Amino acid sequence: MKHARIAWAGAIHEAVESDGELLLTRSPWVGKRLKFDEVVWLPPVAPAPQARTILALGLNYADHAKELAFKAPEEPLVFVKGEASLIGHKALTRRPKGVTYMHYECELAVVIGRTAKHVKKENAYEHVGGYTVANDYAIRDYLENWYRPNFRVKNRDTCTPIGPWLVDAKDIHDAYGSPMNLSLQTTVNGKVTQSGHTRDMIFDIPTLIEYFSAFMTLQPGDLILTGTPDGVVNCEVGDVIVTSIEGVGDLINTLGD
Amino acid sequence: MNPIGPSEARFWPQGTVYGALLNFQQEWNLRANQMADAPYKGAPKAPVLFIKTANTFTPSGGLISVPSAVAEVDIGANLAWVLGADAKPMACVLVNDVSIPHESYYRPPVKFKCVDGFLGVGTKARHIQQVITDAVVLTVKVNGREVQRVNYAGTVRKSQTLLADISEFMTFQEGDVLLLGSDCLADGKRPRAKPGDVVEISADGFETLVNLFSGEAA
Repeated sequence: MKHARIAWAGAIHEAVESDGELLLTRSPWVGKRLKFDEVVWLPPVAPAPQARTILALGLNYADHAKELAFKAPEEPLVFVKGEASLIGHKALTRRPKGVTYMHYECELAVVIGRTAKHVKKENAYEHVGGYTVANDYAIRDYLENWYRPNFRVKNRDTCTPIGPWLVDAKDIHDAYGSPMNLSLQTTVNGKVTQSGHTRDMIFDIPTLIEYFSAFMTLQPGDLILTGTPDGVVNCEVGDVIVTSIEGVGDLINTLGD
Repeated sequence: MNPIGPSEARFWPQGTVYGALLNFQQEWNLRANQMADAPYKGAPKAPVLFIKTANTFTPSGGLISVPSAVAEVDIGANLAWVLGADAKPMACVLVNDVSIPHESYYRPPVKFKCVDGFLGVGTKARHIQQVITDAVVLTVKVNGREVQRVNYAGTVRKSQTLLADISEFMTFQEGDVLLLGSDCLADGKRPRAKPGDVVEISADGFETLVNLFSGEAA
């Protein structure tokens, strides 16, 4: 099942995908059907009772690490993002005036489904609730070598679109065997600029869950953004960026000022 | 929502907890002559930030576990602001930003700072109008012995400047917390705690933040 959170008719609702439409699942509109373009799409994760942990990987695809002139890391290169950087599908991301290099990063996002502490690789998928698509924008003009990638690059308002769907983990495992078997693609104004495959991750999802849960307990709703492959390019105001992951979704975003 | 919780209840972070690195002039000066070198290649321009994730929160009085792989941990005594709905500070609270000691500030410190239990959180937040933030002096004691005084007159960015410089690129949400900085000692290191130590962080008018450090549970 594909789950969404939307704003419609003056309130926030939960919905599922059904025959190319949104089907509302809660009272008072349970059973109501809506077209995709009738609603405002929100990040597809329910509000968390305490601060959501959002982990994001840098240089987790060998080709991207090479593209950025780094040798592949020996352990995961991870940074943390605040929840306020998240926005939904079909939203507007702000490109500051005067910057020269702002690029998308198409990433498979893991949504934790069950508390994870000291989890071993072989059991890691039991702790995954689902998957979604994230676009982890970066503005390279602001890169500094202090706790790099620094917050001015990676924790900006509106710079982490996520969605449209939270896809149940079971659906991905049933259809593709594992989330390590999905193609990724980004288009800018309809032209393919990035393509890759989750099998090329340096640290796969079970490895990441084992690594993080060894020292930090992850809670349901926490996110792991698993990094991006080769092929990032500068984007300008007005560009429409679609980050897509096979079986998970097509996340549309537009740059604005 | 009341971002500091019901007034009678103990304070608990409701939002994301951010912290500022290198915000004391003493530590900045000690590192200044290496800032031009690799890997940094220049002094930081924007505030250097990190997040203390929710798994780190430990109440005052609670145990903080030292991972078995390390002998001791850094004590990061901080005054923190609690932000309101208008992204302005509405309260102050004492916290202990515990870290596994790390010399390099090149890569994000997740494995050093986001370890389970690694943020001691003061019991009571004080209203912002009761506190002159940039004049607060923290006292750090280990097993009853004073090991450090932290005077917020010695910060690189005064509190309002820090807030303004961060707000240039991100908006604080109601209930978010901003750690205003922890200082080092004269040798550039931070005070340390090992299993069995009791660490107290106090300041005039604040309830003392107390945490017992323990070995890692088997």
